Amino acid sequence: MATTTRAEPGQELARSETAGEHELASGETAGLVYRQRLATRLTHWVWAISLFFMLLSGLQIFMARPDLYIGQQSGFGFDNSVLSIGARRVDGAMAGVTTVFGHSFDTTGWLGVVPQGDGQAAKSFPGWLTIPGYRDLATGRIVHFFFAWVLVTTLFVWLAASAVNGHLRDLVPTGRDLRHLPGDVLDHLRLRFAHDGRYNVLQKLSYAGVLFVALPVMILTGLTMSPGVVAKFPFLIDLFGGRQTARTIHFVVMLALVLFFLVHILMVVLAGPLNELRSMITGWYRTSEKSR
Amino acid sequence: MSRFTLSRRSFLTGSAVASTSALAGCFDPLGDGDSKVRGVLESTNSLTYRVQRMLLGSDDLAREYSESEIRQPQRPNGTTSPSDADYQQLANENFASYRLKLDGLVEKPLEVSLDEIRAMPSRTQITRHDCVEGWSCIAKWTGVPLALLLDEAKVKPSARFVVFGCFDTMENSFDGPVKYYESIDLIDARHPQTILAYGLDGKPLPVSNGAPLRVRVERQLGYKMAKYIRTITLTDSLSGYGTGSGGYWEDRGYEWFAGI
Repeated sequence: MATTTRAEPGQELARSETAGEHELASGETAGLVYRQRLATRLTHWVWAISLFFMLLSGLQIFMARPDLYIGQQSGFGFDNSVLSIGARRVDGAMAGVTTVFGHSFDTTGWLGVVPQGDGQAAKSFPGWLTIPGYRDLATGRIVHFFFAWVLVTTLFVWLAASAVNGHLRDLVPTGRDLRHLPGDVLDHLRLRFAHDGRYNVLQKLSYAGVLFVALPVMILTGLTMSPGVVAKFPFLIDLFGGRQTARTIHFVVMLALVLFFLVHILMVVLAGPLNELRSMITGWYRTSEKSR
Repeated sequence: MSRFTLSRRSFLTGSAVASTSALAGCFDPLGDGDSKVRGVLESTNSLTYRVQRMLLGSDDLAREYSESEIRQPQRPNGTTSPSDADYQQLANENFASYRLKLDGLVEKPLEVSLDEIRAMPSRTQITRHDCVEGWSCIAKWTGVPLALLLDEAKVKPSARFVVFGCFDTMENSFDGPVKYYESIDLIDARHPQTILAYGLDGKPLPVSNGAPLRVRVERQLGYKMAKYIRTITLTDSLSGYGTGSGGYWEDRGYEWFAGI
């Protein structure tokens, strides 16, 4: 077991010396490297939990007004909606209708009209997609704002820790990385993954994109919806083109984060879930000299 | 070997999917107002309140818009036509015998008619109404700054909250009708944009939007802006009103400070 030769935490991301070498079938050497620092691992899991609750409570909040608009206000006397989820009666039966940029789709069973008990109910989302599962805006808001505080606090803790321990450098693509971008994309499409303990360029771009673009935009558009915050910082209203546009951006970036999550999980599964999970729980990651 | 890996992977995927569907409904107890976990989650409401009070000066104004941004009638929400007999009687005579009562922790309780309120200095503002449901609507509001009435009544130093008692019955309970009420702190009560509005888009405030008087609290959400105001009471505690959370919706789980 590798425990006796483990390196101290807080060292460089990719340590060249490996702990506990193992001979593999085709002459590959593989060993454990200390890949993820404690701060990275802790913040990762706090985010995972927070984002889970924020997504499901956010969808609960959205159900109170399942329409998105562009501009300062919601058009009731005019039409500035870009998305709406609703229910209509078609030939005597309830139908869920989702309208995106004027194009309507029948989404019965998924959006607008969803299974409930033995029958159907006119509701934007099925119960398993919201917290609580039934319609409860007040509780949705309480859950959402609690985890908003947790998420923002964790982001600052991560930023401070990563600035001190050098983890920020792991996320910045180098010139060499960028030259390898096309090849890296091809490798991913062929499901060939490098296991050298370093982030590849696509990882760097997606992690940096989430941490430095998506989450900050999420936080700022969220704050732009607060009538108190924008009284203090009115430039936020102009930055995002109005409160209702900010709400729309908040929703679109949510979809981007869900997409990131799905690809993230897919990559973990394809790259070897136990090794990946171990590195995010214990910090130790098994590398292989050659990429598979 | 690869067979094993594959089955292990599908096992992991399967169990992930299974655990997700097993989670459905897991968090429903959070909707219970007495749940301990909910109490912990709610503690960040007061954190939000304190941070906003720290950040926001008492004079930071909500954005005011130009006439051209008024593109539709103000959307009425909540009660739009109170069925209460006393209210209907007042509405039928155009609120001629309406008297706003301002009492509680003040030196000089007031009873003022709508004409007297209209004769006081007024403020007109074009602002964005943000509903807790998520929608916004821009309209022009005209009314008397609440601060002027508070000054006239001379608020006692022990007062901490302003409670608005309303005409409209929301539901009937065993103890009788439950009427809408709301409360704000004195910082919001004295904010320059906090007005008792009697005019909307240049016309008298319609019944559907809260005639004769509705309060505007521009740095908070719509449910704080009580319609059909009958009384204004200064108090040092909210425990004597409704079930003690400071408003009709607050008693049903919504946060008292709705600046977010």
